[in-house]
Amino acid sequence: MSAAADLPVWAAVIVAALLVLGGAIVLIGALGLMRLPNFYQRIHGPAITVTLGAGCLLVASMVYFSVLQERPVIHELIISVFILMTAPVVAMLIMRAAVYRDLRARRHDTGAVSGNVYRFPDEE
Amino acid sequence: MKRWLPSPWLSLVLFLTWLLLNQTVHPAHLLLGGLLAIGIPVLARPLRPLVPTPLRNPGALLRLAVMSFIEIVRSCFNVSGIILFGGKAGVNSQFIRIPLDLRDPYGLALLSCLINSTPGTVWVEILPDSDELALHVFDLHDEQWWVDTIKTRYEGPIMEIFEGGRR
Repeated sequence: MSAAADLPVWAAVIVAALLVLGGAIVLIGALGLMRLPNFYQRIHGPAITVTLGAGCLLVASMVYFSVLQERPVIHELIISVFILMTAPVVAMLIMRAAVYRDLRARRHDTGAVSGNVYRFPDEE
Repeated sequence: MKRWLPSPWLSLVLFLTWLLLNQTVHPAHLLLGGLLAIGIPVLARPLRPLVPTPLRNPGALLRLAVMSFIEIVRSCFNVSGIILFGGKAGVNSQFIRIPLDLRDPYGLALLSCLINSTPGTVWVEILPDSDELALHVFDLHDEQWWVDTIKTRYEGPIMEIFEGGRR
């Protein structure tokens, strides 16, 4: 990490700000996972981690290495593309699995039937 | 042409991905990337049973990307605020139904990716035997607002892109 001392001030400020913002958002996402009361709310916590959290960290990485190596380093873009292509699929699968699990188990305290979109099988 | 380059956009993306991964424009990698970009779509064609829909309106795709990006950042701060400062009783999480007019499978895939990437909303499924989307909203204030937002901001542009704007 000794190379960080060679970073010009303007780049250091940008990289530090992005890292702090990204780190804070990842932390908030983790807090959401811990603090929110039921599963259907907890699934929204990691969503901010994978979008803005990961995004800030990746942009920080791009700026840091582009300035240090004095050439455009943009292969982090691939990471963000892969995240944006895979994370939604996972969220969708987990969500459906949770809804149908709760409906079959007739668990009334989980919020699966809030909004009256889904009903328990015996109440149709 | 059609036989060896069935989906030119996919080939272009694969080619660029290869160059980005290797961080080079060395001729050897241009050649290898080119071979992969031609070979992979041909070999993977049986895995894509649906005929790829041609993009009818690339400009709309760009506008949609910019709008989604702004929406993602905005929702991130909303959700962060609720997690940090919202009381446990204050969050009104609910499932809602949204009637969809979009039929193109690629359009629906794009819509689901955009909705799931936006914090605060998770796409559950298209309800069986209907055209209604079940959507879980983290903090619901006004159901009609969500229906209008999804239909005008997301579904409309996606229909322009994939179905040529017929509504």
